[in-house]
Amino acid sequence: MLDRDIVAEYKLDHDFLSEIYALPGGQEIKKCIQCGTCSSSCPLSYVMDHGPRKIFSLIRAGFRDEVLSSNTIWFCSSCYTCAVRCPKSIKITDVMYALKRLAVKEGKTKGKKAVILSKNFARMVNTYGRNHETELMARYIIEADLVHALKFVPQGWKLFSNRRLPLLPHRMKNIDQLKKILRKVDELGEI
Amino acid sequence: MKYTYYPGCSVHATANIYQNSIDAVAPALGLELEELEDWNCCGATAYMSVKELMSFSISARNLALAEPHHRDVVTPCSACYTVLNKTNHYLAEYPELRQKVGQALEAGGLSYGGGVRVRHLLDVVVNDVGYEKIASLVRRRLAGLKVAPYYGCQIVRPETEFDDPDEPTTMNKLIEALGAECIDYRMKTVCCGASLMGTQEDLALRLCKNLLLDAELKGAHCLVTTCPLCQMNLDVYQGKINALFKTKFNIPIIYFTQLIGVSLGLPLRELGLNRLAVKLTKPMKELFEGAVNG
Repeated sequence: MLDRDIVAEYKLDHDFLSEIYALPGGQEIKKCIQCGTCSSSCPLSYVMDHGPRKIFSLIRAGFRDEVLSSNTIWFCSSCYTCAVRCPKSIKITDVMYALKRLAVKEGKTKGKKAVILSKNFARMVNTYGRNHETELMARYIIEADLVHALKFVPQGWKLFSNRRLPLLPHRMKNIDQLKKILRKVDELGEI
Repeated sequence: MKYTYYPGCSVHATANIYQNSIDAVAPALGLELEELEDWNCCGATAYMSVKELMSFSISARNLALAEPHHRDVVTPCSACYTVLNKTNHYLAEYPELRQKVGQALEAGGLSYGGGVRVRHLLDVVVNDVGYEKIASLVRRRLAGLKVAPYYGCQIVRPETEFDDPDEPTTMNKLIEALGAECIDYRMKTVCCGASLMGTQEDLALRLCKNLLLDAELKGAHCLVTTCPLCQMNLDVYQGKINALFKTKFNIPIIYFTQLIGVSLGLPLRELGLNRLAVKLTKPMKELFEGAVNG
């Protein structure tokens, strides 16, 4: 037996679809024919709350919370398999990125480790101009997974003992120029 | 042949053995790689997950710096390749994005006219140097070595022009040009989990286990990769995969440039092959340190 919850029409968010349309690449989802090529191509759809096909369907129906709180968008590893196979050439990975950013903006990301990693990554780049992998890992572990910090030790040691874990960051020189660019983007506002 | 070289952050850190092998191999292949002065991080997938315009803008700064040199930009990292290449394509495709990125670059005294071609090092090696030239440079026979060609995701998707997104063959032909045996590796473009290894370790470990299993079932002695993150996940986490899935994988994960270096007769240490987490197996080490002809 298929177990289904019925959701009352008035609980759905009918503005959600137009909001998604307004996102860069958001109009793309109009083209979806629900064929399921994306979900069957995705290496991780088997653990997702909803596969990409269903996500598109949920967006159209106005299931805002279900979409933005789903693990789907954070399990997408940007492998682009769905995007290159989509018969309607929908840039599905870009839609997932747009949903990630919308979820961050709306604070629907409590406890999502991928968000902690992404934010700290951006912080590395904004500080040094380059990613300092060692510091990123340290900051990520402290913020996201301190109770399990020990589980990272064997891998860290393998890198360190093979001289593949430099302790000092590799900085770019003209960080001021990069900061001017970033400040300008702040002024312009995200797309 | 001269190129503008964009190393990316990883080859200066966890993938420094990749850089070692590139330093050793490039001159022998006649490739002059001039590092892009004061490059910055491409943004990777992580930056794009939180800020879109910023991500495109920092990525475009690199293209703007490279443009006056009038040379192809070459990167050894699949993630950098995808991001820089995608930025290039999207700036051409979306006028609104181009205009805003243009304004952002202008604030830093830069401009970008869209005239840079972004390429992966594998593309340059197989298409500019060519299989025949490489085969003619082989000094150490790798006969009997079974190699799994692992392309991963971002070298072949989404905007790649030099190979097929599902059924790529460039690295297969390269492995054969080097005199090794390339196995029919069905998992060659399946994702390793990338940064999920940090955030959803259980899922990434399972993906990597499947990659290693297919290689083992086909009898591969080693797996060859083109991406720092794929290499790290499969190499550094292989012990953990074995512990979790009760497997006994012992498959060295090496960069394609390291394999080229071995064929050219270069010493293993110079290629960073002494600094893998999964060490070369004894027969492989003997083969790799074997006699050099000519």
